[in-house]
Amino acid sequence: MSDRTLRMVGLGALVAFALLVPFLFGPYRVGQFTLVLAYAVAALGLNLLVGYNGQISLGHGAFFAIGAYTAALLIEKAGVHYLLTLPAAGALTFVLGYLFGVPALRLRGLYLALVTLGLAIATPQLIKRFDTITEGTQGMTVEQPESPSWLPFADDQFLYLLALLVAVIMFALAWSLMRSQVGRAVKAVRDGEIPASTLGINLASTKTRVFALSAGYAGVAGAMYVLAIGFVAPEAFTVTISLAFLAAIVVGGLATIVGAVFGALFIEFVPVYASDVNDALTGVIYGGVLILFMYLLPDGAAGLLRRLRDLVVRRRAVEKGRRPAVASPGPRVPAGRT
Amino acid sequence: MRRSWLALLLVAALVAVGCGRGDDDGGGDPGISDEEIKIGGSYPFSGPASAYRSIAEGAKAYFDLVNAEGGVDGRKIKFITLDDAYEPPKAVENARRLIEQEQVFALFNTLGTPNNVAIWDYVNEQKVPHLYVATGASLWGANVEAHPWTIGWQPDYVSEAKAYADYLDKENPDAKVAVLYQNDAFGKDLLGGFEKAIKGTDIEIVADESYEVTDPTVASQMAKLADSDADTFLNITTPKFGAQAIAAAHKLGWDVLHIVNNVSASKLLVLEPAGLDASQGLISTAYYKDPASGQWDDDPAMREYKSAMRKYSRANPDDPFCIFGWGAAQTLVEALNGMEEPTREALMDSVRHMDIRVPILLPGIRVKTSGTEDGYPIEATQIQRFEGENWKLVGDVIQAPHN
Repeated sequence: MSDRTLRMVGLGALVAFALLVPFLFGPYRVGQFTLVLAYAVAALGLNLLVGYNGQISLGHGAFFAIGAYTAALLIEKAGVHYLLTLPAAGALTFVLGYLFGVPALRLRGLYLALVTLGLAIATPQLIKRFDTITEGTQGMTVEQPESPSWLPFADDQFLYLLALLVAVIMFALAWSLMRSQVGRAVKAVRDGEIPASTLGINLASTKTRVFALSAGYAGVAGAMYVLAIGFVAPEAFTVTISLAFLAAIVVGGLATIVGAVFGALFIEFVPVYASDVNDALTGVIYGGVLILFMYLLPDGAAGLLRRLRDLVVRRRAVEKGRRPAVASPGPRVPAGRT
Repeated sequence: MRRSWLALLLVAALVAVGCGRGDDDGGGDPGISDEEIKIGGSYPFSGPASAYRSIAEGAKAYFDLVNAEGGVDGRKIKFITLDDAYEPPKAVENARRLIEQEQVFALFNTLGTPNNVAIWDYVNEQKVPHLYVATGASLWGANVEAHPWTIGWQPDYVSEAKAYADYLDKENPDAKVAVLYQNDAFGKDLLGGFEKAIKGTDIEIVADESYEVTDPTVASQMAKLADSDADTFLNITTPKFGAQAIAAAHKLGWDVLHIVNNVSASKLLVLEPAGLDASQGLISTAYYKDPASGQWDDDPAMREYKSAMRKYSRANPDDPFCIFGWGAAQTLVEALNGMEEPTREALMDSVRHMDIRVPILLPGIRVKTSGTEDGYPIEATQIQRFEGENWKLVGDVIQAPHN
């Protein structure tokens, strides 16, 4: 079996599992998976910025929060249909991300990280400051979507499948973008700004657009989060969530599309298991697991998958006598029929 | 190769189906069987309000005692607690987990005004009893019809504020008050109650400062308040900040009449860290017997509480939050005993029609509810003053019914 077939089958298995989730698990678990989908979209957005474009952001929780509150306010105070809140949140955060991206051009590495960290820290305070609109510390309950009567799904199943649809669209968009010329330009900027600019790539425009796009993803994810949880409060959007997104993309695998899914699963489920072990030590255990992961899998989960895939492909090729057991720097042998 | 992938997928699917969606096993409310009753609680075991975790300890000790004596009608109580770090989003998550995954019969004693505000719409929609919430917000009893499944327990903050206003009116009718309050539903409820109670008197608020529960300290707010021309300080805080405020007032030499709200009146958790010498003359309210005060040593209810705490819990029996949890747990068990059928509706019925004496409450205080007319179980309180090493009760029990 070729590398490509293996990848297709793996993806197929993932999609099949994702489709089966709402029918295999109870409402609470399905709700958790819906959250995983929201986090996956946010992590994907961050990965576009950090993994593919080489910038840094410790403040994506801010765009996530803006997306969440936009959706919450539109639903609760303006009576807007929940489906419309997703593009609305995405559009607003795209614009804000662009506006933020412009001054961020002047900053790099540590300085950009600090400025975005400042954004993350300021976010809950800003939400509380505008408490006449946002209801401040006590938060806002948001009406959640109900399964339409013409569909045979329970509310939690419908919400999950809706989130899955949104996630698939966002993932497909990112995947096709990164495979296109735009994607090559984005990666080129990461790999070397000077060589990229000599190739005619407009650095400023590429970087701000990627920032805007990744902020837009975080905004859509924030709207998905609100629909999944039905409640917003400033404490949900502290620095912790920004750092969690960063952890997600590193654990999942930088510059991978599928890594965002693993990362999201990690940041949703590991804290739950950590608190089951010991209430008061949740943070410590979570940190410990994260460190362990980094030590054992520096390429992230996607990196592990790649290595497994390589093992399988190479072994098959060895069995069929097509390739020596040790990778030699010869010309690539076509995979042929399996 | 393709076949083995398919086989793998099939096996995985079969295994997963075993986890199943688990439909209700027909009939009966979830969380109650012939052997046990599952009760769920969400408390701040970690975070800035973790002083309150002893409430859960006290409640657990009482449930252990009841279980050791055979349970309620032969049913053992299983008390499942989760940590919410005093954060509303975590409380929402815990409520869902307790109701949808753990399938508890009722939620009990969930702590924190903002946390309960975050979950009460959901819990009422799910028609799950939301009992004896560990917060004194006046919300819980104000409109029984809007949230029929939710009920508080302790005397609410508005009644408490009124007690302080009445006390001030007697002691210092022209009082000029400086206020420190937590900037959330709890702080604003008490402050609002106080402002309402002093209308028409000569007492006025001359300075006020707020703080967020996520702030590390209230030092700057205290400095500003001490600089005002107030002769009275109203301290509306949770324990961590209460201790800071008391210590700061003492350090700044701000020697005014200092009223501290009941939730921060714990000698163990607030006054001792602040310093007992800083705590002399503090005024607060009380409605249950203080385990740290020697005056109840011969009281049979206090004895039972202390011996059970020593037997079933590692928490400190002198911690007043433990006895608070104990008292609320006793009330729950009385309600469970009064259930005519093992259903959630019957439990709410029992909860809403109650007139009992819970022995660890101060003499003269009863737990009374009356359907939609009286949604406040405890409506009496008494002023206490800190002298020497302990709180001393002052005056008489003040009955403060809402209607």
